Amino acid sequence: MKTDELIGLLAQDAPVRDKLLGRLLLAFLLGMAVATGLFAARVGIRPDVLSAGQTVRFLFKVLLVFALFCISAAAVSQVGRPEARLAPWGIAFAALTIALGIAVAAELFVTPESLWGVRLVGQNAVFCLVVIPTLAVAPLAFLLFALRGGAPARPGLAGAIAGLAASGMAATLYAIHCPDDSPLFVATWYSIATALVTGVGYVAGSRLLRW
Amino acid sequence: MSLSEREAQWSGWLRSAMAGDATAYRRFLDAVTPHLRAMAHRHSRAFGGSQDDIEDIVQEVLLAVHLKRGTWDTSRPVGPWLSAIVRNKLVDVLRQKGRRPTVPIEDVVEALAAPEDDDGLQAYDIDRMIDRLKGVQQDIVRSISRDGSSVRETAGRLNMTEGAVRVALHRALRALAAAYRGQT
Repeated sequence: MKTDELIGLLAQDAPVRDKLLGRLLLAFLLGMAVATGLFAARVGIRPDVLSAGQTVRFLFKVLLVFALFCISAAAVSQVGRPEARLAPWGIAFAALTIALGIAVAAELFVTPESLWGVRLVGQNAVFCLVVIPTLAVAPLAFLLFALRGGAPARPGLAGAIAGLAASGMAATLYAIHCPDDSPLFVATWYSIATALVTGVGYVAGSRLLRW
Repeated sequence: MSLSEREAQWSGWLRSAMAGDATAYRRFLDAVTPHLRAMAHRHSRAFGGSQDDIEDIVQEVLLAVHLKRGTWDTSRPVGPWLSAIVRNKLVDVLRQKGRRPTVPIEDVVEALAAPEDDDGLQAYDIDRMIDRLKGVQQDIVRSISRDGSSVRETAGRLNMTEGAVRVALHRALRALAAAYRGQT
């Protein structure tokens, strides 16, 4: 086929029906609906949420995972464009990690050494490792599907960021169930769960998001 | 024409194209193609490619630009977006053809254009990809590209609605890109 003929063919398919941002927005809404439904049906808000809401540890935990969700969701909205600049989101993510590090140091400082182990293991470690990835499955799947309409320069990275956003969403929900508020617990178990989902996102992205 | 004028012109054409203007889209693709061809020429030669590959590369890159145009944020200049698409696709295509390229990102708007009279150049990869399409998709692609029929004429001849032809054409183009990805 001559290139001129190909151009004639492409010109007949000129209009763009679905734009990337619209697809991603729909993916976020659908993912949130499924994750929230699952959370409400099988996990639920902790009974003492009102009094917990007055404590620094609980507020820090919820704000941290919500910030993770916001930062990675913003990064997802960019990563499908081939010329995306992701450095600002990388810096924001690093700032979040430093904030968690400072909280861990503060917790170690104010807590007697004998309690460190108890705070670290908490009451719910295994449940945390199961629930966060489970709640993240639907949002991750929807986001990956939406990103297939994108043109990420690095498909694996795009999948990983989608995984981060999905676990941020899942962790925000889980945080209002979880009775363990210590930064020691959050830094350990939430991080492992998030890393797991992010890793799955990376592998899936490298395969599914090539274009 | 200055670079900023060219940028404004290409952006305008692609914006109209995305809203459905086929003529503007043709102008955009016609304008971009000589630049792509010159870039393909340079990179292909740098990695020991043959002259025959160049038009194949140009066509595969054009198809990627086409299928991914929805990722362009129309409020931004088209140049950086286009350059990123082209650079990524060039790396892919050259790798598929057995080379290990390091293609620097290069501004398509600024790239020198190849001489205009190359438009009749033929490529062969795409014909093998078209052979793999489903029957109706093949008919539609051949009818519009080779015979130069319009969507309406094609719809009349195949006893389909125009909308159905457009949908099938879009799917066929996506299938072509998938076929390129699946080869090697």
